[in-house]
Parts: sequence; C-alpha cells; structure tokens
Amino acid sequence: MIRILSILVGLFFSLALLWSLGKGAASFISEPPAATVEQAFHKPPRELRLASDGLFGTFDKQQLQRGFQVYDEVCKACHSLRLVAFRDLKALGYNDDEVKAIAAKYQVPGVDPNTGEANTRPGRPTDFFPQPFANDIAARAANNNAIPPDLSLMTKARHDGAAYVYSLLTGFQEQPAALLKQFPDARTPAGLHYNPYFANLNLAMAPPLTADGQVTYKDGTRSTVDQMSRDVAAFLVWTAEPKLEKRKQTGWPVLGFLLFATILGNLAYRNIWRDMKH
Amino acid sequence: MSFPWANHYNPQHPFMKWMDEKLPVPRLVYNAVGSGYPVPRNLNYWWNFGFMALACLGIQIVTGVILAMHYAANGLVAFDSVEHIMRDVNWGWMLRYAHANGASAFFVVIYIHIFRGFFFGSYKAPREMVWLLGVVIFLLMMATAFMGYVLPWGQMSFWGAKVITGLFSAIPLVGEPLQQWLLGGFAPDNAALNRFFSLHYLLPFVIVGVVVLHIWALHIPGSSNPTGVEVKSESDTVPFYPYFIAKDGWTLGAFLFIYCAVLFFAPNMLGHPDNYIPANPMSTPAHIVPEWYFWPFYAILRAFTADFFFIPAKLMGVLAMFSAILVWFFLPWLDRSPVRSGWYRPMFKWFFAVLCIDVLVLGYCGGSPAAEPFVMISQIASVYYFMHFLIILPIISSIEQPLPLPFSITEAVLGKDETAASGAVAA
Repeated sequence: MIRILSILVGLFFSLALLWSLGKGAASFISEPPAATVEQAFHKPPRELRLASDGLFGTFDKQQLQRGFQVYDEVCKACHSLRLVAFRDLKALGYNDDEVKAIAAKYQVPGVDPNTGEANTRPGRPTDFFPQPFANDIAARAANNNAIPPDLSLMTKARHDGAAYVYSLLTGFQEQPAALLKQFPDARTPAGLHYNPYFANLNLAMAPPLTADGQVTYKDGTRSTVDQMSRDVAAFLVWTAEPKLEKRKQTGWPVLGFLLFATILGNLAYRNIWRDMKH
Repeated sequence: MSFPWANHYNPQHPFMKWMDEKLPVPRLVYNAVGSGYPVPRNLNYWWNFGFMALACLGIQIVTGVILAMHYAANGLVAFDSVEHIMRDVNWGWMLRYAHANGASAFFVVIYIHIFRGFFFGSYKAPREMVWLLGVVIFLLMMATAFMGYVLPWGQMSFWGAKVITGLFSAIPLVGEPLQQWLLGGFAPDNAALNRFFSLHYLLPFVIVGVVVLHIWALHIPGSSNPTGVEVKSESDTVPFYPYFIAKDGWTLGAFLFIYCAVLFFAPNMLGHPDNYIPANPMSTPAHIVPEWYFWPFYAILRAFTADFFFIPAKLMGVLAMFSAILVWFFLPWLDRSPVRSGWYRPMFKWFFAVLCIDVLVLGYCGGSPAAEPFVMISQIASVYYFMHFLIILPIISSIEQPLPLPFSITEAVLGKDETAASGAVAA
C-alpha cells in the first residue's frame, strides 16, 4: 500500500518537473536567451600579488602606509572607513605621536562643552574614521545619485576583492567600438564611466587616480597610477581583516599540534587493534 | 539492552562505589561509550562520522555561547557587532570563523553520516527509530543553520531570510498571514532578527536532546555494520572502549586538522562576499544563494518553473523541497529489501551511485544563477531524485537478487567462524 502511494507521489513530482522542463525547453528553443552586454564585456579581475597572500603571508607595512596615504589624500573625499579607528593605524607601523597627528587632521562630530550644540572637533586616536557626507541624501547629491560605499570591508565584500579594487582603479577606459557595434543601446550614459571590471560596466565614480605622481609618497616610491592602485588595494586588505597576519601565524602551531596529536592517536589506535583482526 | 557478553560495570574505588549507589552516572557512561558497549568489530571508517558530528555540535555550542556574549541582535547594530567581534574582541576573529566554518564542517560530516546510513541500510529494522530521530536532527540543524546565517545581518542574511520565509507565502489561504506572523512584520526586520537569535540559541539544545534519544535508540539493537549481518556471538564484537574510542580519537584528530586548515587559511572560502555588505532592503543582490549545504534542496525548489494544472509553480517547488527531505522518513518502509548492506545488493548499488552524482549535480545547480542550462539540468536531476526514493527503491527491493551474505561478522572478518562450524549458535 505504502509502495503504491509512494510510486504515485513519485510520478506526480516527476510529471510536474517534466512539464516544467518541456515548457522551459520550448521557450529556450523558440527564444534562445540572448547574450547580455555584461556577459559579453565584463572582465574578471586582473591578477594582483600581495605580500599578505598565501599561507605565510604578512603585511608589507611600507605598502600599507603608502596605501593609507592614497586613501587619506584621494579616497576619503567620498568614501568612509567607518569600521577602522585611528588607533588601529599603529598596526601599520606608525607610533603614538604619528597616530595622534593623523587623527587630529580629521574633523569628527562633537558636542560643544559649553552650549551642548553639535559641532566638529579634531579626531583622537580612539575615534573612528568619520563619514565624508552628512547623510545618504548628501552623498547621492554629490555623486551623480550613487552612494560611495564604505571601504572598510570592500576587499571581502567582492569576489577576489583586492584584485577587484586594483582592476577597477586601473580599468577606466573608452567603451570598445566592438561593444557599441554589438549593443548599440549600451552606450555609457552621461555622467557614468565605462569600466569592464564593474558588474554592470558603468560606474558613477570618475577615475580617482588619473595621473602619475598624484600622491607624493613619503617613502619616495614612484607613484604611478598602477602603483597607487596596488597600494590602496593592499591597504584595504588590511582594513577588511586586520587580524589576517595573526590568523595565519596562529594557524601553523595549531596545525602542527593537531598533526602531532593525530599521529600519536593513530599509533595508539594501531597498538590497541594490533591483535584484533577487523 | 546490549548483549549478554557485555562487560559489567564493577567499581573498585570506595568513592566510585558510593557514587554508583547515589547517582550511577559513571555506570551510564561505562555502558554507553565505555567497555560495557559491545560494537561490531568490522566497522569501517564510514562509522566514525557520528562521533565527529557530536564533536561538531560541541564546537558549535561552545563557540556560539561565547559569540553570543559579544553579539547584539538588533537590526541597527548586528552587523557592526559582528565586526566588533572580528576586530576588538580578544580572539573574536577565531571564534567567529570557528563557528561559521564549524557549521560547514558539521554539514560535511552529517552528509557523510547520512550517506553511510543510505548505503549500508542503517535505516532498516530494527533501527528505524535511530533513523527517524536522525532525520529530525537533520531538520533541526537546517533550521538552526538558516537562522544563524541571518544573524550577521549582511545582504545574504537579509535576502536569504526574505526568500526562505517567502516560501511560506506559497501556502494557499494562510500563506501570507503565516509569513507575516513568522517574521513579525511584512519583511525581515528587527523583530525577525530577534526571534531568529532566540531560536538559534534554543535549537542547538533541542538537538542535544534528540541526539541523546538518537544514541539511546541506537544502543538498544546496537550498531549496524558494513556486512549488514546482525551480531551473533561474542567474537563478532569488541568493547567500545578502548577499541572504538581509539579509532574515533585519531579520526577526530584528522578531521580537526582539515577543519583548522580551512579556519586559519581560507575562512571565507565557503561564505559569500555579499554578506560583508550590510543588509539593505532597497538593494537586491544579483544572485541570492543560500549556504552551500542547502544548494541541492534550493535547486529542487527552483526546478519547478511552470504551473502544474491548478498548482502554482512556487507552491510545487515548496512542496517538492520539503518532500525531498520528508521522504527520508518513509525510507525504512519504501526499501523492503531484507539485505541491509549495499555491498550485497547488485542493483541498488548502481542506482545509489547515480543518486550520489545526482545530488552533487543538484548542489552545483543550486549554487549557480537561475539561468539555463542550470534550470533544465536541475529539473532532470530532481526527477531522478524523486524517482530514486519513491519509485526505484520500492521496485528494486522486490526484484533484486542479493548476493550471498556471510554467516556472521566473524566469518566475514576471519574467513571462518568456529561457533558456526560447531553449530552452537542458532541465529
């Protein structure tokens, strides 16, 4: 009885599926899905090698400082870094006085101690990086109706994040003629910028790094657009996961111990089962 | 319960004797996972995954309880409280990665455990209750994992919650009110987040309770084994301690090695980048996908693209997705073959191999965008999934000619069984 019921239920689901399959296949044949412009012209990120990659990766503090300099002089005009506090910058190799000086350059929201009215004051190491815009409406108004995303977690919030940031910053270009020939309606709208590494190809952000030497690096490294893009990508790997180094350094002794314990456990297992055929 | 030749608990130390009279917990442990529990000597490595699953449950509860000390279940601060754990809580990053990857590890282990049950017929009499309780544990795990994934309140958390609770709206008449009642609103918001957190903390302890029943029900007939032949005499078994404690111990070490390798060196491998973007009801992600362990069922859900007579496609998908797991409850009565182990079932073996590939294909399709060819492939794969359990198993279990079984476990291991030869034992 249960088996007859089960066969009927099985046939019910199978027929419903075949019905869906038939209808899907029919429409697939009558109107084959056309390739979209994103499918045809979106590119995967370019390869980027960083010191923090790999099983033994550590941060290149010089590079992080350069990347911070790019953020500080270029990105921060529009992008927040709200999960990072100035005190965290000590991990980049700055000493207490340098961190204080960096914090003091930023204006953070405060309260007038005499009147209680909202005002701004210079940042302290315990403050977090401030928002560049008062609110989302102000952010949209200043940026062609797009809100510049917070960058704290950017390299973890995109597939292959660091390479994505690097590719995006170096990927602004003219729309290829082949694209306009194949998809005449896909011309980049006014105010947007073509970038094949961006999901829908057209980005509200204007190219932020446009000229070599735009940032004068304190360590004397030549600041090409490519170099600045690499450095800021490396910096954003740190902001997204400041504990990355500690994580990898902790991992090795943990794995070493587990390997040792597992081998001992295996030897104990062999010893106990020595005379027991199984 | 247990076999007549099982070792008996015999405390020597005066304190243990005193304890045994007042509260015989040591006796319980001795009989459950000690020398007092005889286990078939021929268990292979597939039988180590139950113990690993228990270890996973322990890891999840310990890391989860500590994470809950730092997490705040409020829509305004939940995302930032998780980042606070990652950045400012001592070893918080390790706890969170251990918990997130621990969920994946738990599902890997449990899927292998279920695979073992399928292939070696562990669901068959006299162990139906063990199987039924196991399916209940699996359902509780899925509910717990789903609600846990909502807690970081990232984009996938929010949209996953919206899609999954949206499934209830497919139920005729009561669907929409039911969905609103479950969420405490029209869309996932603070009310939903709060109750998900509460239930996410509650359900693991319900799982612990059902695990106790699962192990209790197992200890009545005793463990099954790769031959599927029941234990007949003392030479078929070894005491759980030290034999299987040692085997479970070293395989647990190997498991922890792989788990920690992922935890420390690729902790975001199994996650989705979109969940590092704070939940935003105004912006729908391009592809909403659940965690990998739901992919096969998600593929079945999405395979129903056309209304079937008067049943809307969405309702069909929901019915099919839940049926895909509920059908496991009926397995002991659908598969009527008296032979348990797949080794001795020439037809079942091949259909089961197809099922395994089929589920992997479904998983791949479930993780892919809802576009061709993945939809058509998942439709074909879903047909086989339901055919296998509901049509093929009942039929082949009637017509299949099983291979000859060994007389006993001892004979399977040693090639001969002295007791059998002397005819001293009546099976």
